[in-house]
Amino acid sequence: MANIIELKQVNKEYGDQVKTPVLFDVDLAIEEGSFNSIIGQSGSGKSTLLNIIGTLDQPTSGEVMIGGKRTDQMRKNELAGLRNETLGFIFQFHYLLPEFTALENVLMPYRIRHGKVPAEKIDRAHEIMKLVGLEKVKHNLAANMSGGQQQRTAIARALMNQPKIILADEPTGNLDSDTSETIYNLLRDINRDLGTTFVIITHDRRIAEKADRIIEIKDGRVALDI
Amino acid sequence: MRLAFSIARRFLRASKGQTFLIALGIAIGVSVQIFIGSLIQGLQIDLINTTIGSQSQITITSRTEDKLIDDYERWQPVVAETDPSLRSVTPIAQGQALLVFDDENYSVLVRGLDFDSAEGIYQLSNRLVSGEMPSTELELLVGQDLAEEAGIKVGDLISFLTNVGQETTATVSGLFDLETASLNKTWVITDLASAQGLFDYDEKITAIEMQLEDVFAADTVAEALHSRLGDGLSVNHWKADNIALLSGLNGQSISSYMIQVFVMISVLLGIASVLAITVIQKSRQIGILKAMGIRDSKASLIFLFQGLLLGIAGAILGILLGLGLAYAFTRFALSPDGTPIVPLVIDPGFIALSALFAITVSTLAALIPARKSSQLNPIEVIRNG
Repeated sequence: MANIIELKQVNKEYGDQVKTPVLFDVDLAIEEGSFNSIIGQSGSGKSTLLNIIGTLDQPTSGEVMIGGKRTDQMRKNELAGLRNETLGFIFQFHYLLPEFTALENVLMPYRIRHGKVPAEKIDRAHEIMKLVGLEKVKHNLAANMSGGQQQRTAIARALMNQPKIILADEPTGNLDSDTSETIYNLLRDINRDLGTTFVIITHDRRIAEKADRIIEIKDGRVALDI
Repeated sequence: MRLAFSIARRFLRASKGQTFLIALGIAIGVSVQIFIGSLIQGLQIDLINTTIGSQSQITITSRTEDKLIDDYERWQPVVAETDPSLRSVTPIAQGQALLVFDDENYSVLVRGLDFDSAEGIYQLSNRLVSGEMPSTELELLVGQDLAEEAGIKVGDLISFLTNVGQETTATVSGLFDLETASLNKTWVITDLASAQGLFDYDEKITAIEMQLEDVFAADTVAEALHSRLGDGLSVNHWKADNIALLSGLNGQSISSYMIQVFVMISVLLGIASVLAITVIQKSRQIGILKAMGIRDSKASLIFLFQGLLLGIAGAILGILLGLGLAYAFTRFALSPDGTPIVPLVIDPGFIALSALFAITVSTLAALIPARKSSQLNPIEVIRNG
């Protein structure tokens, strides 16, 4: 399988006056359709790495390629398009829009891309929500749902535009272990059925071990890659 | 476009109290503007009506040596055709004379009118305080101040001495009050033929008087008349004779505009600052939308639409408030005789203009937050949780 994500000699520093280096010469390649987990202590730079892959953050130096295209040189509008079409995000905090219902939140990536939503896409949103077990709370405002429901809504939203890559930063960090288990199984099913590439940050070794590949980040460097 | 609009609507609906407060702020600005505008406009129209409402607004006189206009029948249609807004075009034959009554002499201006067409300008039938309108030749009306001074009563016979030399006697058929002391003291009004006979004018007249729909167009209409009538006749208008009044009205208009502009500027600053806060309130949502790939321009549009929607809501609310205020003013601010102190003028064009102005201003006020939201980097929201 070809590499869908490639990082070459990526460095990242924060701060203008006092420079705080976070990532050092990271080289990383991720295969299309694979299920990867990133582990590491807090402050190790794993979230920064994920944000750089997701084009939300820019590297200080080095190359980032998504689907064979360099993202570190793209314009803002190109990046917005790339994020909308190729990438799906699931964050530790759900980041739903509280003014909209669960269904509207799920449809949002599609509306950003196309504007009007045809009936078949609404059906698709219903299907995804059924897949993540949300059919009963579809029309609730995002603020009126439990933590697990909100996180599952965020997953359904990440799936809406059928992205090639889903990036998740501790997607179950705020959830109890049973719900976490269910959500991981769900992500694995999606990976198997749709061939979506997953890169997931987790601090839970049990969950990390279920991945095809474990990448450990330590002090801004790849310390372990199995 | 559609997405930005629906997000804007949803944001506004989600914080109803805040939305209402901003709309109310705009509404108060608009209502003050409408109220002050209607008041000043009413005041000016009232002032103009009392000052020039009952007098000739454009007057045509002759440049010939005898100052007489020949052949009114020929000029009348030419004048009427020049501008459709001209009305009450009427011939005048007037001259200075000495009124002799009870062995006393009074210097008067004898004005010969065609009563039918002059009614539109002078409304004499309403100005009559006693007696009747002249019905035959050599009957006339005397101003009530002159009548009081000289002791003239309805039915009295009075004589005139003119520069033509002959003495003529006429009957007083009534007394008038034109609400201006100088006119009440010096004018004597009779029919056209009597005046023409008195001064030996034959069929000639001394002036053509008229009024027009839009009094402020008097100078341009006078200009047009002048070019139609040629150099033999001279055309005067009220604006040239009332420069002090005009500059007073102008000053009033300017101060009214100043008040309106400053009200709108304070509204603009108010909306801009509240909308700037909403960007901070909604920065999380904007960050999420950007992470999902919304373009910066669309994120800005959300706030522009919010400004637009607030402007529309505020304008509608403001029109209702302003009209309510105007209504209350005409109901409760009354002079002793029960009529409003100042008759307000509700001008739909002006109301539409101030509504449009408010909508534009609030959309402009949204430019600052729109720019801010376009600069917002999603990573700041994601990293800071």
